[in-house]
Amino acid sequence: MADLSSVRRMLTPRWLGVAPFFLFALMFLILPALSIVFGAFRAPGGGFTLDNVAGLNTPTIRGAYWVSIRLSFWSALLGCAIGFAMAAAIVLGGLPRGIRSPMLTFSGVASNFAGLPLAFAFIATIGPAGLITVWLRTEFGINLRAATGFNLFSTTGLIITYLFFQVPLMILIITPALDGLKREWREAASMLGATGWQYWRMVALPILLPSLLGTFALLFANSFGAVATAFALAGPQLNIAPILLFSQIRGDVLGNPGLGYALAFGMIVITGGANAAYLILRARAERWQK
Amino acid sequence: MAFLKIAHLEKSFGTTRVVKDFDLEIERGEFVSLLGPSGCGKTTVLRMVAGFETPSSGAIIVDGKDIVGLRPNQRNIGMVFQAYALFPNLTVAENVAFGLKIKGTPAEQRDARVKEMLAMIGLPDLGGRYPFQLSGGQQQRVALARALAVQPQVLLLDEPLSALDAKIRVSLRTQIRDIQRELGITTIFVTHDQEEALSISDRIVVMNGGVAEQVGAPFEIYNRPATRFVAQFVGTLNLIEADVTLPETGTVRIGTTEISLGRPLKPGRVTLACRPEAVSLGLADGRPLVLHAEIGEVHFLGAVIRVQARAGRTTLSLDTFNRPDTPPPAAGDKVQVSISPADLLVLEA
Repeated sequence: MADLSSVRRMLTPRWLGVAPFFLFALMFLILPALSIVFGAFRAPGGGFTLDNVAGLNTPTIRGAYWVSIRLSFWSALLGCAIGFAMAAAIVLGGLPRGIRSPMLTFSGVASNFAGLPLAFAFIATIGPAGLITVWLRTEFGINLRAATGFNLFSTTGLIITYLFFQVPLMILIITPALDGLKREWREAASMLGATGWQYWRMVALPILLPSLLGTFALLFANSFGAVATAFALAGPQLNIAPILLFSQIRGDVLGNPGLGYALAFGMIVITGGANAAYLILRARAERWQK
Repeated sequence: MAFLKIAHLEKSFGTTRVVKDFDLEIERGEFVSLLGPSGCGKTTVLRMVAGFETPSSGAIIVDGKDIVGLRPNQRNIGMVFQAYALFPNLTVAENVAFGLKIKGTPAEQRDARVKEMLAMIGLPDLGGRYPFQLSGGQQQRVALARALAVQPQVLLLDEPLSALDAKIRVSLRTQIRDIQRELGITTIFVTHDQEEALSISDRIVVMNGGVAEQVGAPFEIYNRPATRFVAQFVGTLNLIEADVTLPETGTVRIGTTEISLGRPLKPGRVTLACRPEAVSLGLADGRPLVLHAEIGEVHFLGAVIRVQARAGRTTLSLDTFNRPDTPPPAAGDKVQVSISPADLLVLEA
């Protein structure tokens, strides 16, 4: 009887409002993810196998994962550092209040600006024939590539391009956390003799640390799963996990569906781990601010 | 010379003068309250003493040294905030030890001091808890211990009881006063609650519009308010309009009764004021001002009964003690109320 009444409670109209969301999540997130997991452990003729996952252990695939991890790590780290500095300047710095709203609006737009348009924007500005590259060469005689070794179509180029959406994403996420730093904490620390640096080291940063680490994990996952920008910028020659997977799905490089599932499964594990870390650390951050 | 001297202090935000030519001298170990309505400048004065606001002009001298040019962390002044301001990432013991750690106090001495402070505030076993695991009253006691642990020369209390419920507020203010007396620390307490200020202060500074309207002991502030604002802001006040009939002797007519206040008055109309406890139900010796009134509201407050009585166009509040053998008057009863001329204050315009 109790089970029946709980089912009845579940069927009240208030649940209808969120039904489309659950349906959407089921069809386009849960079922595809389950399909990938099953596919990663299914033999071509059916049945369970570890061969697909074991197939990831090749120099090319290990290298692709490693480059992806490095790319994601650096773009997340730099995105965190730059985004934090900008958000701190907006929230705690002496910038005019009028800057905050346009900056956050721009961040909202820029954090979703990726793929082909972003790749083209960067090629058109700092690519080999980009506006800035040509301007530096003609006006100052600086050959960007010869002088600095910079190549937009390399991992470094990709990191810089990714920062265009990583930094705004960091600003959007960390701004509320910075808003949560109470003025009285800084003042109390000051009354107890602390310098600004001591306040940041002993109070503000430890309070923000879970948020910072959580955001780092989110930015890492964001970068790790990005494929459109990377593919549009560097094409299939860049050996990173998403591009390898993309090529695998298209069937023009490896042509092994089982390995494709295993590649996707590996990415799910890594991004899932990063997101789990984010959720745990965020929960800790919120507990402190109660 | 006073231990803490504030001289000609001014503060303007843009074109708005928030604090105007504010002077105050506080003796060592004294407990002084800044009392006033919101926006009167009391918190701004406190924040200038703390060092969070820079005065537009004037001096703040502590123990003979002008501290205006010093940063807050150089002033050796403790402060307790309205919203506790405990560091949420540190335990109670770590919060109390914070200032000592900054000072470089050796760990053993630090631990001993933390124990001593936690015992003083009555929370000896809560050192390992985080702030969010404490009640509001406990958090504020920890904030007090944290501020006092570093032995500041002055303690600032910025409405520390405002966020607490009534019962905790009363017990905590008593505890704060006991600790302050025990340590003999010079204290400035900011509040908008007159009862709080009256109950725990050595002296009160009543502020209005950025100026100190009156500085005095609670008894003096309550019974001999210097200005109309102080009279109306502190305590409940009955206002009685009167006509001056003989200015030289201060004789006034209220309704049909004439009485002498015993001091010269300006001719014309005058506003008199008296406290509810100065108005008696019925006739009494030495209370020649008698008014006929009708009882309105009757508020039973426990030990005291507050009665509203309407005498013509004047409504008077009067307080009587609750006596179990004498029931309070009922609404609509016709009564006489009497007042002594000595209890009547003449309010200047």
